[in-house]
Amino acid sequence: MSSGSGLEKLPSGILVTTVEKLANWARKGSLWPATFGLACCAIEMMATGAGRYDLSRFGMEVFRASPRQADLMIVAGRVSQKMGPVLRTIYDQMPEPKWVISMGVCATSGGMFNNYAIVQGVDQIVPVDMYVPGCPPRPEMLMDGIIKLHEKIIRGEPRTKLVLPAEPVSPQVPAPAATAAGSER
Amino acid sequence: MTQPPDAIQPVLTGLRDSFPEAIKEVGGHRGEVTVELDSGSLVEVATWLRDHPSARFRLLSDLSGTDYPERPDRLSVDYHLYSVDHNMRLRLKVRVGVDDPHVPSVTGVWSTANWHEREVYDFFGVRFDGHPNLVRILMPEDWEGHPQRRDYPLGGVDVQYRGAHVPSPDRRRYKGGWTST
Amino acid sequence: MTDSIEPAGLAVRPGEARDLPPQPAARRIDYNERRAQQVLAMGGGDWAEVTARQHAAGDDELMVLNMGPQHPSTHGVLRLVLELRGEEVVSCQPVIGYLHTGIEKTTEVRTWVQGVTLVTRMDYLSPIFNEAAYCLAIEKLLDVRAPERAQALRVLLMELNRIGSHLVWLATTGLELGALSMMLYGFREREQILDILEDVTGLRMNHAWVRPGGVLQDMPEGTEAKIRAFVDEMARKADEYEDLLTNNPIWIERTRGIGVLDEEQCLDLGITGPMLRATGLALDVRKTEPYCGYEQYEFDVPTATSADVYARYQLRVAEIRESLRIVRQVLDKLPSGPVMHPDPKIGWPARLALGPDGLGNSSEHVRHIMGESMEALIHHFKMVTEGFKVPAGEVYLPVESPRGELGYHVVSDGGNLPYRVHVRDPSFVNLQAVPLMVEGGLVADVIAAVSSVDPVMGGADR
Repeated sequence: MSSGSGLEKLPSGILVTTVEKLANWARKGSLWPATFGLACCAIEMMATGAGRYDLSRFGMEVFRASPRQADLMIVAGRVSQKMGPVLRTIYDQMPEPKWVISMGVCATSGGMFNNYAIVQGVDQIVPVDMYVPGCPPRPEMLMDGIIKLHEKIIRGEPRTKLVLPAEPVSPQVPAPAATAAGSER
Repeated sequence: MTQPPDAIQPVLTGLRDSFPEAIKEVGGHRGEVTVELDSGSLVEVATWLRDHPSARFRLLSDLSGTDYPERPDRLSVDYHLYSVDHNMRLRLKVRVGVDDPHVPSVTGVWSTANWHEREVYDFFGVRFDGHPNLVRILMPEDWEGHPQRRDYPLGGVDVQYRGAHVPSPDRRRYKGGWTST
Repeated sequence: MTDSIEPAGLAVRPGEARDLPPQPAARRIDYNERRAQQVLAMGGGDWAEVTARQHAAGDDELMVLNMGPQHPSTHGVLRLVLELRGEEVVSCQPVIGYLHTGIEKTTEVRTWVQGVTLVTRMDYLSPIFNEAAYCLAIEKLLDVRAPERAQALRVLLMELNRIGSHLVWLATTGLELGALSMMLYGFREREQILDILEDVTGLRMNHAWVRPGGVLQDMPEGTEAKIRAFVDEMARKADEYEDLLTNNPIWIERTRGIGVLDEEQCLDLGITGPMLRATGLALDVRKTEPYCGYEQYEFDVPTATSADVYARYQLRVAEIRESLRIVRQVLDKLPSGPVMHPDPKIGWPARLALGPDGLGNSSEHVRHIMGESMEALIHHFKMVTEGFKVPAGEVYLPVESPRGELGYHVVSDGGNLPYRVHVRDPSFVNLQAVPLMVEGGLVADVIAAVSSVDPVMGGADR
């Protein structure tokens, strides 16, 4: 470009980096969550969005019902085997850039339900950027996790990649006849 | 609290008079009355209990299943009835084996049995004859096996923690505590 | 005979279940035909079949719409498959199971006391009711009675929990029907209740505070004054909510005449709780089969006659007021004494107290078991690791939860682990009424009707 304002004198890459920082700041300042409240953690998530622990001060009080309009998915609650495909579908419907917070121990690792019915950790299905433990986590804990995610966004860290294990860890067990003898120790 | 209410007596007498061969056993524990029935006559007994003026059990509170693997007729289906008019409760019990787990459906008597029977089918494999739509309700439709049976493992994953290896809760040496039963 | 079933379409193989009625085509369904209707199982992979069915019927205007399981207005992970002709609902099939956690099976590998932490997470909006019903069932099997103070504290927290649950109902129903400010008001009052619950039990939700034999810890000082202040304020706030909603023309339009179910239909479908009381039948387990000393408290059971969503709304606000009445009476009559059964073979051994490093075993208790009594140490050890043994038998214990009759069918084989715990959850049963309430109505009424059922999917799916 001609008669610039001295832009050519800047070292290359500075303009892009500044824009990127601006973009990251804008992203973290208005991170809209998608409603994915499943169980008890959903109630604490609603309490976090309500009057006392206000998520609106972070620009996040609009929980978008449509995943197409959301950039953050807070998986709040236990994910059952039937719900797994639904979770993945909603995640896929969200446009980039998107982040995932796994709220509560059930979403993080299966929680206290180490059995056939619950997916042992939502990171088996979607890549998770922030894990917030608790059963359920207090609203302050969830906000702490959200703020840490904001810091992560501002720093511009690369998104978490989903790394699937070589062998699927499936809690579904084979036919009962094979394991009847082994279940009694 | 440990005695059954007096209002249940005419019901039991009526049942014995009307269905003498259907009733296998009448028992009770902690003030509750359990009537064990032969599965073939379940619908007639249920209709009688719903309609007869001394009984009027209009509310089917609960329909649950239990697996007793040490018995030949392993699967027990329990019907918890409540009579609004007389304020009393009754439990009916039907036992079937795993090889031929057929129980007539009571959805014609109480519509609420619809989902309850689907649940018992889902978790125990009991087939309810005459049910309008006997498909799984809580597990995914293509799940194999009936999870609540005693020989179906809990199915958890093993947990690694700081070098220790903790098996799933039902395969631990100490189940929940140091001894069991 | 194998245990697998063919997915979608034919549910049970021919010859395995007898007398299956033929499948009717999609059409308007009325109550008498509902019993024979064949409901398709929607797994998602059979969408082609569903649409083929409607094409075969030659009805081009029929649209199949999937509502949920991720939906802001379905009160949790409930999926409703709606067949619509324009805005009118032709058929509605609820699909549940998206939150199935296998809690009933997990209780079979945990001790009786550990089971409390599991069952409390079923109906997560009224956890104290789950715990209380479970512990009352165990106490019935054990044939013991918790101390009077423990019973009174249980009633106190149960009623506070009932108010909290109804507040969440008001908040979410208001949100779904468009009264967005109700969401903030409901949760504002609920925060005060959660503060009180946190003082008494240590947690805001999923308390694991009611234990077989009593409760875990006593009410700390200053809580009583807090509760009294809350009760006064809540009465005023309930008036405020009624001001906002009761004569609001939009609210009336959205809720009057919607989702009507009469008493016969309700009892046939097994519906209890505010939905049944809205038909005029005053059935409340606290009055018919009192537990925890409810017979000593004076309270009314509100009923209505119009049996629609509006009546259920009025009923729930009236129940909040009745609960406040009960809370006041409990505080006035609160007996003193222990909060845990004295028998060391049943009662939880530890006495919790707030120490310099947080909540833990009180130092007197530690001194007692470590220094003074070997027997107490052994009891403590056995209670915490193995737990107590419950005599063999089975009981069914109903409790009046905010949604209806919550029943626990507990079977024991004499050991220290439960043999079978089955929960009769009111949400599971009440959801069966949804097709009956919405078919023939508009899509917007589906939201109102489902909301009036007040389902908590954690309880429905367990």
